Amino acid sequence: MNWFKYASPASFYPLAGKIAVGCAAVAVALTLAGLYLAFVVAPTDATQGEAYRIIFVHVPTAWMSMFIYLVMAFWSALALGFNTRLSAMMAQALAPTGALMAFLALWTGAFWGRPTWGTYWAWDARMTSTLILLFLYLGVIALRHSIADARRADRACAVLALVGAVNVPIIYFSVRWWNTLHQGASVSLTSAPRMAATMLAGMLVMSLAAWAYAIAVSLTRARAIMLEREAGASWIAALPEGAR
Amino acid sequence: MSAFLAMGGYAWYVWMSYGAVALVVAVEAVSVRARRRRALAAARAFGNRTTLPSPRFDPAGRTS
Amino acid sequence: MMPSAVVTDITSGDAAPAGALAALRWSATRDLRVALRTKGELGVQLLFYVIVVTLFPLATAPDRALLATLAPGVLWVAALLASLLSLQRLFAGDFADGTLEQLALSPYPLAALVSGKIAAHWLTTGLPVALLAPFLAAQYGLDDVPRYTLAAALLLGTPVLSLLGAIGAALTLGLRGGGSLLALLILPLYVPVLIFGAGAVEAVRGGLSAAPHLSLLAACLLVAVVGAPWAASSAVRIALD
Repeated sequence: MNWFKYASPASFYPLAGKIAVGCAAVAVALTLAGLYLAFVVAPTDATQGEAYRIIFVHVPTAWMSMFIYLVMAFWSALALGFNTRLSAMMAQALAPTGALMAFLALWTGAFWGRPTWGTYWAWDARMTSTLILLFLYLGVIALRHSIADARRADRACAVLALVGAVNVPIIYFSVRWWNTLHQGASVSLTSAPRMAATMLAGMLVMSLAAWAYAIAVSLTRARAIMLEREAGASWIAALPEGAR
Repeated sequence: MSAFLAMGGYAWYVWMSYGAVALVVAVEAVSVRARRRRALAAARAFGNRTTLPSPRFDPAGRTS
Repeated sequence: MMPSAVVTDITSGDAAPAGALAALRWSATRDLRVALRTKGELGVQLLFYVIVVTLFPLATAPDRALLATLAPGVLWVAALLASLLSLQRLFAGDFADGTLEQLALSPYPLAALVSGKIAAHWLTTGLPVALLAPFLAAQYGLDDVPRYTLAAALLLGTPVLSLLGAIGAALTLGLRGGGSLLALLILPLYVPVLIFGAGAVEAVRGGLSAAPHLSLLAACLLVAVVGAPWAASSAVRIALD
């Protein structure tokens, strides 16, 4: 199969639409199943009580925030390597979703930390690294908005995303180092309770739901970006009336 | 039911978390779809134009 | 500002140039000469550093123990901010008068020319801060060994700030709101240097060895020296297109 056929916005636009709709449906189904597991099936935790149920949104959003950054870096590398517009548009579409996931990870982490560890923000390694990841996302978004020429913005944001990607492990290591030095016996804050199988299942299902959601939303955003940037292209005029 | 909402006394924390996620997801999904529809309409209008566009027209909405 | 000589031959008539190294030396010397013509600018940056460092005790309390605890963090964050202040002029002047384009078009590797600029930037910003900080640390009541450690850490860390900052400066070339955008882009990347650098001084204050921190700083420096000039020159080319 010729994958490079989909490197053109004209052919990727309809495909992206179909994938987005499919993933949205999957996301809804998985979310319902996950919420059922989270609130009905999973037992109450002995030490943390009902508060631990936040884990079922905190872990998926945290994982997605990191995963999306990697995917964004991947598309950025392709954009720089092959000089394709569409790769850059995919990276552009992923950034806001990634930033929102990072924000939600921080928010849910704070509301989980307060009842379990007594404080909304505890400077633990993972939360601090997620905060810096949010700054990295916001930097890419801000740079995109600051550059008027779309192609220059594509390449500049790609370089920034890759520099960030290289730095993320170093930043995480340094923050963990800093954290253990200042905490002595390092108790990992917001650490999960010992996992019953149902808890793990719930987390997994919710993570998959988050993944499907992220794909649906970022592909829809990518379609919007394609239309905005390629206005005037003949394939847009050729879209059938009432096409999505 | 009220026991469910009370979440063993942790209602504030649990519902603030889930509520934020639900809100962000809803807002993002709705706004992204609206953006795509707007972009489609603008691109179609741009494609159907019969006069030259003004020099600063930009379907993406940016004017610089 | 008068543009410098157009880049035609940087080897003053000698045989085939050594390429990268000669380009680096030429670029560094040129930028140093330009910087020294505007000595006022350099003085202002150092003064900024001194003022910021002086502000913190005023904002907290002149309590010796408190200040000694704050000292590593404050002296390092102020160094970060001082480095940020001066990054704009790394490429801006040459960009404005077209020299940067000439440099990019020249047969000499752009990464080498950029490295020279970064070296000059460090010599005029990071090095003075690193040498001045131990004296300011006296304001904070730090003992001798922590002060020397601070100087060593800054000597290792400030080049990394210049190297990473150059990437940001190149990415934001010619953009409005460049300064604050540059800060937003670069400050998260500075976090490891800050942690290892301030941590070195804190370790010594606590009677431990700063060797792990300083080795990690050295590792960051190595990675930055290898990667940053290349990334920065890519960013310059992107900005020039």
